[in-house]
Amino acid sequence: MSGESTIGLTVNGTRRSVTVPSSMTLLEMVRSRLGMTGSKECCSEGECGACTMIVDGEPVNSCLILAGEADGAVITTIEGIGNGGMTRLQASFLEAGAVQCGFCIPGMVVAASALLERIPDPTMTDVQEGLSGNLCRCGGYSRICAAVISSVTRGDTDD
Amino acid sequence: MTERGASTSAPRVGGFERVTGAQMFTADIAHDDLLHVALVHLDCGRAKIESIDVSAAGEVDGVVRVFTGADFPNPMPRFGPRFKDRPVIATTETKYHGDPVAAVVAVSRASATKGAAEVKVTYSELPGVYSIDQALAPASPLVVDADIRPPDDPLAATNIRQTWEWGWGDVDSTKADLVLEETYEFPMVTHFSIEPHVFVAAPEAGGVAVWSSIQHPYILQKTLADLLGLPIAKVRIHAPDPGGGFGGKGYPKYEPLVAMVALELGRPVRLVLTLEETFQAVRRTNARLHFRTGFSDEGRLLFIDAMNDFLMGAYADIAPRVISKSSYFAAGPYKVGAVRAKVRGLMSHTTPSTAFRGFGAPQIAWAIESQIDAAARALGIDAVDIRLRNLAARGEEIVPGDKPADGDWAQSVRIAAEKVGWTQTLPPGHGRGIAVGLKASATAGSSYCILRILPDGSVALVAGTSDMGQGARTILTQLVSENLGVPAEQVTLVMGDTAVVPFDYSTSASRSTVFMGSAVVDACGKAIDDLVSRAAQAHGVESGEVVFTPGEVAVAGDTHTIPEIVARIFGSVPGEIIAVGTSRGEGDAGHALGGPAAFYEFSCTASEVAVDPETGDYELVKHVTVADVGKAINRQHVEMQDEGAAVMGLGHTLMEQLLLDEQGRIRNLGALDYRIPTFKDVPKSMISVLVENGDGPGPGGAKGSGEGGLLATSPAIAAAVTQATGAVITDLPLSPERVWQAIQISKHNEERHDSEDS
Repeated sequence: MSGESTIGLTVNGTRRSVTVPSSMTLLEMVRSRLGMTGSKECCSEGECGACTMIVDGEPVNSCLILAGEADGAVITTIEGIGNGGMTRLQASFLEAGAVQCGFCIPGMVVAASALLERIPDPTMTDVQEGLSGNLCRCGGYSRICAAVISSVTRGDTDD
Repeated sequence: MTERGASTSAPRVGGFERVTGAQMFTADIAHDDLLHVALVHLDCGRAKIESIDVSAAGEVDGVVRVFTGADFPNPMPRFGPRFKDRPVIATTETKYHGDPVAAVVAVSRASATKGAAEVKVTYSELPGVYSIDQALAPASPLVVDADIRPPDDPLAATNIRQTWEWGWGDVDSTKADLVLEETYEFPMVTHFSIEPHVFVAAPEAGGVAVWSSIQHPYILQKTLADLLGLPIAKVRIHAPDPGGGFGGKGYPKYEPLVAMVALELGRPVRLVLTLEETFQAVRRTNARLHFRTGFSDEGRLLFIDAMNDFLMGAYADIAPRVISKSSYFAAGPYKVGAVRAKVRGLMSHTTPSTAFRGFGAPQIAWAIESQIDAAARALGIDAVDIRLRNLAARGEEIVPGDKPADGDWAQSVRIAAEKVGWTQTLPPGHGRGIAVGLKASATAGSSYCILRILPDGSVALVAGTSDMGQGARTILTQLVSENLGVPAEQVTLVMGDTAVVPFDYSTSASRSTVFMGSAVVDACGKAIDDLVSRAAQAHGVESGEVVFTPGEVAVAGDTHTIPEIVARIFGSVPGEIIAVGTSRGEGDAGHALGGPAAFYEFSCTASEVAVDPETGDYELVKHVTVADVGKAINRQHVEMQDEGAAVMGLGHTLMEQLLLDEQGRIRNLGALDYRIPTFKDVPKSMISVLVENGDGPGPGGAKGSGEGGLLATSPAIAAAVTQATGAVITDLPLSPERVWQAIQISKHNEERHDSEDS
């Protein structure tokens, strides 16, 4: 049997220490060991983006990273966005009608949050490029783009 | 009472949970003492299982038990919505790439997967049937086991499972100025719900509880009760909102397997399919459609002579219904004097095909609309005009003796043409196409719900629809809120648990708004009647002196809120108003489809493309869908669905196809190799228009919606490519390679004609 190791990491602002098998992915660790099931599993090969988390400031497919590799990392999952409420971005998703079945949406929100950190005022092309690793089979792409952009423009008018 | 169903864009019920990650999908639900299942399958399309050695797998750390066919009842129980042909697990033979032969149960998913890799199956590969041609070849092996077919089945010695012949008029003696004949191919495509299928089962109260990402929990409940010999009441199905279904999560797949394993082990077990396994579990029925059509010089469609072959797969699932229902409407939304559609449903050693958004109608539209375009080009008639000349007007029959056209379909075509800029001059290299699609809705079937007005006037609605992205919770909440005048925030929906939620036939065929919506309106009406008569009694007045308007009850001229009235009715001993809502389509045993459609879903798509003739690559400049929805109870939701359907239609039109090798193995398993539309494939401009004439049978005149946007995607885009390049394509998908090849052929033919002319 493969070995186990104990890793320390910060998840949504909380320091966690977890003992995991060396073959366990970050996604599986967060879902099964930390009980945070907002990050979703679909393709398990880094193509669909449903498992997107922010690791040390970068959006990553958590199905491709071993939990052990995240030792010492600072991680934000969907549960760490909104603080029990909704960010402007999340509210925009609902207002724009960007949410259908919702299975891809946590990954979309996390990827879009990371995008907005990098590009605070993105163009449509920026959004399409930035989210091109996230699949939505309900086909809500136009509205997801609109949601990301309106979350920024709405911020301007509100302030 | 007045049926209410105002068009609003009320916020999504369950929206907060979906954007914050709090929504619990089936795989997110924790179970104590849970075991995990991994399936074992073989790397070929068809094989004879010689022996299975589970000893090494059993020694893998964490593996609890390995189940093979020998661990299940003999003969192996079978199930299926049309024929009981699907075994719980393969025993002597695997019939498609992915047909499971063993199930490894372990304390973790990783251990189960590891154990599955250690199961040693000795097998010999057998020749298989992987294409329509192979299914029709007399020398091909038979897919269906002999003991499954009735002894008097005249087709028993073939791979034809079922045939149908529909039609009217005299095709052979109908004279036409122009006769066209062509064969169209629609490929195998897979649903690719982002939530892979999940199945959980646990022993419970002398029966079994099952959690499944399923669209039709009541069909699953009945299937399991039959298979397990349990009363329906002892089979409890939990159906959390699916993460996308699109038809692929309709009928039982591996629930019987996990239920039997859980009962045997006395513990909860969970099977989460990999995305690759979902490709092997569900797909759309691929088809070859041979259409011969006759037209007058004026472009009147005079006859259709169709010969359609559909390749179902290893087990029939619901595919016979897909095939028969879609081909019954082989003339689409047109008025045609003579139609003959001969249809064959073929078995093959491939993934069992099932319902998929559109339910056969996209396949039919690909053929008939392509023929209409070919006729328009040959006759020099505009593609919009030729459709307007042939569409059935409201009230005109499209199938003689059956439900007539229930909408102003020409209106949708005119709107689509206008929105795409049909008459505007095209830039060089651009082309426009327009096409229509018709899908017949659900026929027979029933929906029940329970409405409870609680002591404080808030409402609990218990209704069995599955909210898989179409927003059923929102629509039903709106109907309660508007009919009773109770704020949406005070309405709670209870769904997805057959132990407490009454029967609903299915969440399919765009039926929920019409069928369950009508049941909810019925329940509201009954609750109001009860409230009024009890209020009259409590106040000692005649019922006629109590007037209900949403949110208010007037008793002898004094108005009261609903909570005030409820309090007055029950006094110091609490109580609640309970009403059962019912909506039933009884069907018609004499009807070819078991009953006429409750409504037709009509859609028009118009598209503009810009083609690079050097590469065959093309860009979607503008894509317009117009949906005749009767009445949009929630306009934003309907538009979301319509746009989403259009994007899904782009998938099977532009890029999607499951590719099989000569051993029947799917070569593009998984998201890397099977492409679906991404952010970068969305048209530059997408427009969705809803036509609302209040002419549907649902609340406020609603029809079902959400499938229309993909019915006519392929022929609209193909016609646009043809206009841009001169190339005519008859096989999907319209990949750049295929477009480039067609351009070369078209050029070659032109050059030949030029040299012949000179």
